[in-house]
This record gives sequence, C-alpha cells and structure tokens, in this order.
Amino acid sequence: MLVPRISTMAVSSPWSQFSEPEQMSSVAQPDFSQWSCPLPLRDYPLIVMGHGGGGRLTSELIEHIFVPSFRNAALEVMADSSVLTLPAGRLAFSTDSYVVQPLFFPGGCIGDLAVNGTVNDISMSGAKPLYLSAGFILEEGFPIAHLAAIAERMGAAARAAGVAIVTGDTKVVEKGHGDGCYINTSGVGVISMAGPCNGSIAPSQARPGDVVILSGTIGDHGMAILSVREGLEFETILRSDTAPLNGMVESLLRFAPHLHVLRDPTRGGLASSLNEIAGQSKVGILIDERKLPILPDVQSACDLLGMDPIYVANEGKLVAIVEPGCADDMLRVMHESPYGRDAAIIGTVTAQHAGILAAKTAIGGTRVIPLQIGEQIPRIC
Amino acid sequence: MKYLDEFRDEELAQHLAREIRQIATRPWAIMEVCGGQTHSIVRNGLDQLLDGAVEMIHGPGCPVCVTPLELIDKALHIASIPGVIFCSFGDMLRVPGSHMDLFRVKAQGADVRVVYSPLDALRIARESPGREVVFFGIGFETTAPANAMAVHQAKLQEITNFSMLVSHVLVPPAIAAIMKSPTCRVQAFLAAGHVCSVMGYWQYSPLVEKYKVPIVITGFEPLDLLEGIRRAVVLLEAGTPQVNNAYERAVSFEGNKSAQKLLSEVFEVADRSWRGIGKIPLSGWRLRDAYREFDAESRFKVSTITAEESPLCRSGEVLQGNLKPNECPGFAKECTPRHPLGATMVSSEGACAAYFNYGRFVPVESIQ
Repeated sequence: MLVPRISTMAVSSPWSQFSEPEQMSSVAQPDFSQWSCPLPLRDYPLIVMGHGGGGRLTSELIEHIFVPSFRNAALEVMADSSVLTLPAGRLAFSTDSYVVQPLFFPGGCIGDLAVNGTVNDISMSGAKPLYLSAGFILEEGFPIAHLAAIAERMGAAARAAGVAIVTGDTKVVEKGHGDGCYINTSGVGVISMAGPCNGSIAPSQARPGDVVILSGTIGDHGMAILSVREGLEFETILRSDTAPLNGMVESLLRFAPHLHVLRDPTRGGLASSLNEIAGQSKVGILIDERKLPILPDVQSACDLLGMDPIYVANEGKLVAIVEPGCADDMLRVMHESPYGRDAAIIGTVTAQHAGILAAKTAIGGTRVIPLQIGEQIPRIC
Repeated sequence: MKYLDEFRDEELAQHLAREIRQIATRPWAIMEVCGGQTHSIVRNGLDQLLDGAVEMIHGPGCPVCVTPLELIDKALHIASIPGVIFCSFGDMLRVPGSHMDLFRVKAQGADVRVVYSPLDALRIARESPGREVVFFGIGFETTAPANAMAVHQAKLQEITNFSMLVSHVLVPPAIAAIMKSPTCRVQAFLAAGHVCSVMGYWQYSPLVEKYKVPIVITGFEPLDLLEGIRRAVVLLEAGTPQVNNAYERAVSFEGNKSAQKLLSEVFEVADRSWRGIGKIPLSGWRLRDAYREFDAESRFKVSTITAEESPLCRSGEVLQGNLKPNECPGFAKECTPRHPLGATMVSSEGACAAYFNYGRFVPVESIQ
C-alpha cells in the first residue's frame, strides 16, 4: 500500500522545484563559449528582456536553441512565414496553449506536452498531422539552460511524431508577469479524401449500439502533475503518459467507415470527453467502471485525495467509438501500438438517456457521471 | 490487505445487499452521519442495491456543509486583508459566503492557498515572517488533532504570525440534536469510522441508552457500509439498540488517547452554530484561553460579522433528514453546483451535490 508523506506546498521559485535530476541531465546544455554575443550572457545565462526584442539576442536564441533543436528545411529558410506544400485533402487545424507547472515532471516536460497535445488534437479528426508552430512566452530571468532542455524535448517529440516545427515566435515578459515559460503550438494536418477516412470522424457521429474503446490507463498525467506540484510524495513516482497518438490513429483509420468518433480525453478527463460525445451525438453512453484500466498507484493517489480518476487529465490516451462488428479487431490493433497496450472495451452507446453518461459501478450499482463544474478539488477528509 | 479492492468486491456486495433485503421486514430509516459515507453510498450506487429495504438518510456530517455562513464571511474578510496568506483545504474555496467565495477573493488578488495539512500552513508562516498566515480550521473530530497540533506547535515554536479561524464541530451533540427534533425519522445511525478512530466509541453508549437507537460504526468502502447497514438492520429487527463497531480494523473503544490528550489541551467545548440547523449547545470546540492568541477571529477583530442564509435554501431540513435533496423546490433549478444557494450543494460530500452529481434524480430505469 502507498504510504503518502504529504509534506509541502510549493512556495519557492516555480522552476526550481523539479528540475535537473532526471529530466535535464540527459539534455545537452547550450555551449555559451560558442555564442557570438559579447554581452554578459556567458556570465548570466538567464532570459533578459532583450531576448524578445527581435534583435541580436532573439537571433541568438533562434540560432543556438530553436534551429538546432527543431532542425528542418522549412524552418531554416528563416523567413517571416514558412511556405509549405500540402498533399491533397481537407485541412485539419488546431491550436493549444501550455501553462503547466512544474515545467519538468516525471514522464515529460512542457515541451513534450506542447508537441504531443497538438499532434493528438489534429489526429482526432482522422487527419495526419504535418506541421506545427511554436510560440514561447518567457519570463525575464528564466534559465536559458531550461529553455534549451524544453526545446530539445520538443524537437525530439516532433521527430517521434513525424511532424516538423516550421515556424515560431518568442516574447519576453517582465519578471513576475509570467510563470517561467508558456508555449503555444498550432498545427495543421491533412485528411486524405482518397483514404478510407473522408472526414466523417467527429464527436457527433456516435450511434446507438456502438462500442466505446479506451486506449489505456486513465489519470496518469493529472496525478503525476498534482503529486509534484503540490509536493505530495508517494512511495512510487507517478509518471505522465504524454505521447503522440498519430501512429495509432493511422493504423485505426483502415476501419474508417466503421470508426465514428475519436477523442483524446485531456483536461476534464474521460468523463468530460464522453459527456461531450453524448451531448453532441444526442445519445446515451453507458460504461462499466470495472473495465476502466487504472494503474494501482494512480487509483491509490486518487483515493487518498478523494478524487475520481475519470475526471483526471490524460495526455496520451484516446477514446474510440466504433461499430460493434469491428471492435475486437480494432482493440487488437491498439494493443500492437506502444501506447495502446492496456486498451479495453469500456462501454456502449445507447438510445436511452440521451446526453447522459452513466456507469455501472464497481459493486454493480449505477451512477450518472456529470461534467465537472470547475477543477476537481481534493476532499477535506 | 492488498489494497482496498477487497472492500469493493461485487460478489460480496451483492451477497450482503441480498441478506439485508431478506432480513428487513420493513423499510428502516438509517442515517449515515458523515459526508464521506454519503459520497461512497451514492458514488457506488449502494442505495440501489438495497432496493427499498432500507432508506438512507444523509446526515449533517459534511464539515464544509455545516460551517456557518457568517464564518465563511469572516474568512473572506480576513483573506482580503493585504499581507494575509489565507490557507485552507481545497473544498472550502468554492463555498459561497453572502456575496463572494474564496476563489473570487483570490482572483481579486488575495493570497489564498490550498494546503493538505494545517502543518503546511504553519511551515508557510515560519518561512514568511512579516506576513500573517491564517489557516481555516474546520471539520469534525477527524481534522481536529492535526489542527490542534498546528496551534500547539505554533505556541511551542513561537510562530506568532500564525493563527487559525476555528470552527470545529462534534458528532455526538449533533446526533442528540437530531434525535430531539420532533420531526425526527431516524431509526439507526451509521457513525463515521474516522471520527471514532480518533475519539473511540465510548461516547455513543449514553446516546443509545437515552434515545434507544442503534449506532453502528462503519468505514467508507462499499463493503464496510453494507456490513454496517446489515448490522444496524439486525439490531433494529431484534429491537436491541446497541453500539456496534463494524470497523474493527481502524477503531477501538478508547480511540487515540494521545490525540484526545492534545485535543483537550488545545480546545475546549463551546456552543456552535451549524449551517442550516442553527445553534447546538456544546457542539463544538474553540481554542482554550492559553491558545487564544492564535485565534484569528480575535486577532483580526471579525467577531461582529453576521450573515443571513438564502430564504430559498432548505439545507437544514436536508441535513436533518426531513427532506430529500431532490424534493427541495430549488434543487437543480435555482440551486445547482454552479450556483449553489447552500453549502450542501457546494461540497462534493454535500447531500445535494451528491444527488445532483450522481444522478439520483434521474430515474434508475432510464439508465439501465
């Protein structure tokens, strides 16, 4: 059994809490001796206002951090915009901003999240994600070594997902006006009209009789972040599940006419995604709580804090709603993906209780799972 | 014990529920005292398994729910004072005061922090000399030992910038108040295991004798609760009111002696107002004179703040078991978790929120 040692609440500098040990040691620190800038960067390797000024210092960041990390032909043109050639089809376009604290956490960092999050959003419409933009808002005083580590991880995540970061922007805000580093990524992908999916995958397409498949364990990311942010120490380390899902989606698309909905249950957790699908498709969804894959450590942490894993964020999971005839085949395909080994059929779509998500409980009762009003708050006792 | 799965076993749960249905010759009205029990009953659909054999009445044991409105207003006032760091359990942040809640005060610039232990607040005080750090010390006997420890340590370590806004309430006087009510329908109580792990259960024997009502101490997992209900029904059917401990793995007759010693060192019994119920004599704790210097109410001179409840809210009747949440005219109309009129709709443990969230107002047939 997990024995929690609930000890602290962060009051120190936000980017000092969870930094070097695991996350940054493997990442090359920038070599300041090679920099052309004669200014005191070598002695004071922190972001200063000038890094957002568009001048020499901005160029230095681009040249020494972003270009080497993201390396691709479109970016290296260094024009005001990147000019891209897209394959024929319909365009999927998505944007998301990342403000996670701490910036580095077990299983990933804000950089992985910013790439994987947008890659996954694009993939959920059945599109193949191709190009991303990256906008950074940095706080004066933020360590350049941390920025380098984040950029390095973004580059690695983009390569792993097979997408290119082709344009970007950096702004600096005064000390105290930001939280170290915020990132926005936008991205485009293409739904091939010649392919099996012609744009019919959408949250409004669930039909009574369909089967609900979940690609793996829920609550990993949210509990990993909570445990480091709030200084809750458990005997084991909870790890974020941040991962690109476009590879898995691509292999699922061959079921396309029978694959009706894809969603990645991020903020608000599985409960929010399924509630939204029930509302948009005007159907009921009934899941079996006993079939939800949940890591024992995550379940323990949730029980301890009085939280429900079904509302906790995921960053590397998807829920697929499919015709019953191909559910088992699809499950097999998911199991073959490195990010779908724990995939399970968790429920069905019904014509009854339209707009409502209901669950069979662990002991065989029934309950309704509503949308949360705000953030889930740990219970008092 | 591997984990908690053993206490969530479906087969055993169905077996216990079947047994309860078989032995109950009439629909007994049993009150679970604590909000944590309510949460588990509704979240697991236990009341459905019982299929009318027992009527569960949701008691006043959610500390967030029974904290009086004027105390919330006092908290909001203190939190808004420049320089104050106001620390609270997360649940309290959404509880509406007369005009605001702590989330909104925070958005306006107040330094409001969620902590998981009062000792975290004490540490913040130690690390923030020059700032006043106030902890919102609410709850039943469960949270009281840690709160007492924080005040005790503050005195010992001379941390003078720490204080506590105390609103502790006690279970036995609440049970007595419910039994004294002329409209009381409760025939047995499920007492809360965590309260008893601190206080023991010796305090319940006089209540059983006086009111001839069985009191069974339970845990919070589905099987704990079902076993507690089963024992209560057995006692009711036999007509032999007793105190019965169905949570032996955590609760002893005497309770935690060192916690009790600390509690009586720091706190003294006092009259307390309960939201929705009103004043119950000798139903709570306040800081003793020796610790009065750590009392936020006197430090920030907020004892004159008073407040009036919304006239629409009937949470008092809900808390006493005389009204089901969904029978309240305001339920799910004027009063929702998004716009709560009373605290029973705010806390995740509140009876109204539990009904709203877990859909007891949706006919069961429609989700099967």
